[in-house]
Formats: sequence, C-alpha cells, structure tokens
Amino acid sequence: MDLWFSDIHTDGVKLSIKIEEQLFSAQSDMQRIDVLESKDFGKILVVDGDLMLTERDEFIYHEMITHVPMAVHPDVKEVLVVGGGDGGVVRELIKYDTIEKIDVVEPDPLLVEVCRKYIPEIAGSLTDERVSIFNEDGLRFIRSKGDAYDLIIIDSPNPFGAGEGLFTKEFYGNCYNALHGDGIMINQNESPFYTEEAFQCQRMHKRILETFPICRVYQAHIPSYPSGHWLFGFASKKYHPLDDLDKVGWKLKGIKTKYYEPRLHAGVFALPAYVEALLEDVERG
Amino acid sequence: MEKLSQKRAPIYEALEEFRRNRVVPFDVPGHKHGRGNPELVGLLGERCVSIDVNSMKPLDNLCHPVSVIKEAEELAADAFGAAHAFLMVGGTTSAVQSMILSCCKKGDKIILPRNVHRSAINAMVLCGAKPVYVNPDVNRRLGISLGMKRADVQKAIEENPDAVAVFVNNPTYYGVCSDLRAIVEMAHANGMLVLVDEAHGTHFYFGKDLPVSAMAAGADLASVSMHKSGGSLTQSSFLLTGKNVNPGHIRQIINLTQTTSGSYLLLSSLDISRRNLALRGEEAFRAVTQLAAYAREEINAIGDYYAFGREIINGDSIYDFDPTKLSIHTLDIGLAGIEVYDILRDEYDIQIEFGDLGNILAYLSIGDRIREVERLVTALADLKRRYKKDKAGMLSQEYITPKVVMTPQDSFYADKESLPLQETRGRVCSEFVMCYPPGIPILAPGEEVTDEVLDYIVYAKEKGCSMTGPEDEKIERLNVLRGKQD
Repeated sequence: MDLWFSDIHTDGVKLSIKIEEQLFSAQSDMQRIDVLESKDFGKILVVDGDLMLTERDEFIYHEMITHVPMAVHPDVKEVLVVGGGDGGVVRELIKYDTIEKIDVVEPDPLLVEVCRKYIPEIAGSLTDERVSIFNEDGLRFIRSKGDAYDLIIIDSPNPFGAGEGLFTKEFYGNCYNALHGDGIMINQNESPFYTEEAFQCQRMHKRILETFPICRVYQAHIPSYPSGHWLFGFASKKYHPLDDLDKVGWKLKGIKTKYYEPRLHAGVFALPAYVEALLEDVERG
Repeated sequence: MEKLSQKRAPIYEALEEFRRNRVVPFDVPGHKHGRGNPELVGLLGERCVSIDVNSMKPLDNLCHPVSVIKEAEELAADAFGAAHAFLMVGGTTSAVQSMILSCCKKGDKIILPRNVHRSAINAMVLCGAKPVYVNPDVNRRLGISLGMKRADVQKAIEENPDAVAVFVNNPTYYGVCSDLRAIVEMAHANGMLVLVDEAHGTHFYFGKDLPVSAMAAGADLASVSMHKSGGSLTQSSFLLTGKNVNPGHIRQIINLTQTTSGSYLLLSSLDISRRNLALRGEEAFRAVTQLAAYAREEINAIGDYYAFGREIINGDSIYDFDPTKLSIHTLDIGLAGIEVYDILRDEYDIQIEFGDLGNILAYLSIGDRIREVERLVTALADLKRRYKKDKAGMLSQEYITPKVVMTPQDSFYADKESLPLQETRGRVCSEFVMCYPPGIPILAPGEEVTDEVLDYIVYAKEKGCSMTGPEDEKIERLNVLRGKQD
C-alpha cells in the first residue's frame, strides 16, 4: 500500500515519509494525536498533523536539550520539564543519580498515555519514582513557583498553536522566577533556516535576552525536523555554557549517550555566520 | 407574514443566491468582484470582495428596506425583544447620534451623565440640545466613574421638568449598570424618553444571569454595539426602539447622516451574528462569564492587582455589574493602568482594550480561549515581579465636575482662538479633549477650563495616554472662545 505521511515544513516544502501502518489516532480535548509506523524513521508521533518525534532520531533532540546544561551546572537536584509528555527528556534526566525531583508539566493526559503505550522505549522513563506529572497548562503551573528548580527544560513543539504561550516573555520571566539563583533554562529554539521560523528564532532569543543575564544559542542536526538544522537556547543566571563546562566531571559519571559528547559541547555553540548574524540582529536591539 | 425563524439570515442568504446566479455587474463598486483590484483580493480574499456589492432589488436598500433587510431587521427586533431594530453601518456612534437627534431639537434639554461617549455630545453640537449633567457617582478606591444614583436622576428631572429625555450609559465601559428600571419609571412618569447607550451591553440580551437589557427595562431607544461583544464586523451596530417610538421618524433621522451605500459586509455580519447569538448566545456568554471569573480569581491570587467583580455592587450607582468584564486595578503595583497597558503591548505582545490612570480593561468575548487568558495572567505576574514600585505620587482618576457655560453647539460654532494649554485656564473650551479609548471627554465644547482639568491633561499625557479631540494634535494648544470670559 502506498501510504505516506507529509510533515509540512513551509507552504512550499514538505517532508514525506512512507508509512507502513497507522498505530493510533484520536482527538483529545486539546489536540489530535497519531502514532505511525515507518521503515526509515521507526515509530512517529504526530500531533495536530505536525511531526513531533521519530524513534530513529529523537535521541539527538533529547540528548542535546538535556546533557548540555547537565554538564555545566555542578549540582542539579530539582528539574522542571515543560511539555515533554513523550518522556524523552526524562529518559535522559534519570541517567543522573544526583537528580532528586523531576516535575513534568504536560497539559494533555492522553498524550502521556499514548506515548506510554506505543513508544514505551521512550515514555517508560516516566514511571521513575522521581517523576511527577502535572496535567496542567505550563503558564498556569509556573506562575505559582518561585526559587524552586535548578534546571527548567522547555520541550514544547512549536510557537504556533496550543503551546504558543510557552514561547513568550511572560513565560520566560516566570521561569526565571521559578529558578534558584544559579538556575539554567533550556528551550528548543526552532530552526534558523526558513524565513518564518527564523523570525521566531529571533523573537525567542530577544525575549530570553531581556530576561536572563547569560544567553547563548547552540545547534544540533535533526534529520526529521524542518531543514534538519535545529537550535536550542541556553539561558542562565550564573553558569556560562562553555567556561563552566566540566568535561572530566561529566565523563566520570559514565553516562551513555549517542550524540552528546563533551568534546562536541564546545563545538555546538559555534554557529554558522548567517545564524550569528540573525542573533546579533536582535542582540543589538 | 409568517414570523421568520432565528435560524434564518435573510441578507446572508440573498448574498449567497446573488453569488450563485453569477450576476454580471454593470454597477458600482468599480472593483467588480475584485477583478479590478487584485491586491485588494489578495488582502481580503475572493469571497469577501465578491459580496462587496451595491444595493439592488434582490438585496434590498438600507435607506428604505422592503425585503431582505427588512426581514433582517424584524429578526433582530425579535431577538433583542425590541419593537423595531435598525441595522447601522456607521458604528454605535451613529446609533447614539440618531437617538439624540430623533428626540432633541435646538434648545431642548436632555439629562445625561457627563461620562458619556463623545458621540452623545457630538449629537448635541449638531442639534443644539442643552445638556443637563448628572454627576456620575465615583468609586474612590478604583478611580472610576459609576452609574447615576436614582436620587440624582430624580432631582435632575424635578429641576428640569421641560427636559425631553434621559440618557443612560448602561453598562459603562467598566461594566457598571445603573438602576435602569427605576430610571425608566421616573422618566416615563414625567413624560421623558429614555435613551440608552448600550454599546457594551449586547450580551445582556442573550446571556443568562446578566444585568437587565435596555429593552427589557422598558427604555425607548438603545444603541447596541453588535461588533463589541456580539462578534460582528467593526462599525456594525443596532439601534433598537421600544413600543412608544415611531420607527418611520427614526428611519428619517438615521438617513440624515447615514451612508446611502451601506456595506453588505457589515450588514451580513450583523445578520449572521444576530443568528449566532439567538441560537448559541446563552451558551457562549456563559463561557465568557466563566472565563472572566477564572481570570479574576487568578489575577487576584497574584496579589497587588485587584480584578473587581460583583462585590462592588452597591444597590444604586452600581446597581448591577457585568460579570464578563475584566477590569484590573493596577495602582498598588505602583503603575498607572495606561503604563501597564503599554508594557503589556510593547514587551509581552498583549493588546489590552484600554488603560486609564488606575485600571486596565481586558476585553473578553466569545472569541477568547483559556490559553490566551493564561498568557495575560502570567504576563501580569511577571510584570509585577519586574516593575513593582512604591505607589506614592500616583494619581487616581477623579471625576471632574464640568462647569458648563454654554451649549455644545453655541461654543463649537462661536468665534474662537487657539491658546497654549496653560493659558486657557478660566476660558470656555470649544472642542473636545479625551483619552481614546475610552473616548469619554475630559473637556467638552462649552465647558470652562479649570485647574483640575489642566492637571489631569498634563498628567495623562505624561503617563502616555493617547489624547484626541483638539485641532492641535500634540494637545499643546486648545481652542477657546475669543475674548476674556468672566
């Protein structure tokens, strides 16, 4: 059967993946959720028609959003993951014995349930005893928190749609407030390549710059995401992403990764000239 | 004729049929279904430009409705519980003006609160009516003007038995309602008409547990901004009449100033929105009320903000309160409402309806979702964290009792001169000065410029209010009557 799923990247560009089987499809109160099976990307999680993750390359995203701050902050005990109902970020976090508490704010309980059932390799992590899942709006959750976390990871799909509120200054401001005095916030910062996303990249960077004293952007290559070139934001109250990197300390922890690597860490903050220019454009104000 | 069902939308249906018939246009508008203006089509879309058409037999004529517009009016009247409804395409401004022009001639007195929209005073400039102002009550903590007290209205009626009408803002911008039923009773007992500016009260006709609507309270005329809470396109409104008003006369008055080329985009939006509210309004406004209640609770939980609700009801000048309104008092974080308004837009990409000296008003409607409310609440929390300061030196809005020296018309057309703001003290102003929104004049034509007024203008400008009205766009000069006034 010739069944294809197309992830629309722009009005004129799409990525099509041949689908073997549709494993699940349902409309929750908030969104439509599909799980597809493909030969080349394995299982694919789709929300409202947008590709969220594929079994094949999710490790890149989840490792890079997690281990970069974990190799910088010397003593992470309390972590907040906003979004992330698929469990990918949590799977990376629970590799650290020193972490005591992981709060996951995922508004849609069905998403968690579906991921647990269809991608247990990833979402199985959510059963770790340190994990608490809050089915709440991220903005609402963060408002009441102050001085509560060492690390906040914003794992939210895209700035158009239900998660829009997680790409706003008010959200970053409340995250700042929810962090301890030496806390770090990591956000997925979209792709710098296509015009519309590049504009969102700039906006996010600007909003975070206005909120945090240390603010750097790093990159990774994620084949299934639009343009394949993805950015993350590193926002911090105290620690510098490179100066405070503890390569040896991290190595000694013996954590197994497939993409992240302390030697790579320094490299990912070196950005292509056009991306530097894009960011400098908003840094100048 | 059999009564039409509220499920019908006669203007919309006629437009659909017109479109299906593929009529060749040798009439205006000249863009000819958009073909002559591709950029306009790009902006508005083909569907939209294809129904931008002229009056014609199958589509009726707004100036003299006999078919589909007439049916739409009858359906609207039925939905609003009015004797007659007029579709208005010049905004609620033109509805308010038509109300006043229809009952006041030159020299006639009309009783009204001073915190009316400029359109009411504009109408007096046009017709030469004489305003008898009732000072609205004021809530000192919030710095907002309220409704009129029953006793104050009664006193004005007794002192001016020759007045022809009583004009009421119901609700005010902030959602405050006067005791409309009592005012109607007092006015009617003295042979006066009751005109209601109900720009912010469309939903009263459709929601449950909301304040009484003008028509239900027995008012004679009401102007309803369908485009505010009703969801129609900007500039479209209804003028409603009670049973003792001659609709033919009102139509003549409307036709004095209303366009003869009423936009079918506006007319069909009124038709469809009326249908929507008649069929689904109750449920939709219940959701808005719940959203507003949730927002108030969350905002009050932040602390220092005061999102006020029905607890401010006092039985008289706040006889009732519109629970869909989300007004937030901001002075306790040390910022004027207008400052919070600007910060929310400039830094958080959140556009609020308006900010005055002590409050902001976030307009909630049938188009709102919980996620946007979460953004607003979270932004207010962050704004407080970053900006909170001592509130010393913050001015609260005071109602400034106007000193009316002559009628709006006489002063507007009198010989005048332009003077620097500070030199106008004691002179009679011949133009409006207001913050927009809300568009309620600080000074109206025919009023004396006092110290209070000048202080207010200077402070409001300093805080960043958008001031409008005077000829001088920087509001550094004012037009006043020529010659020294004693």
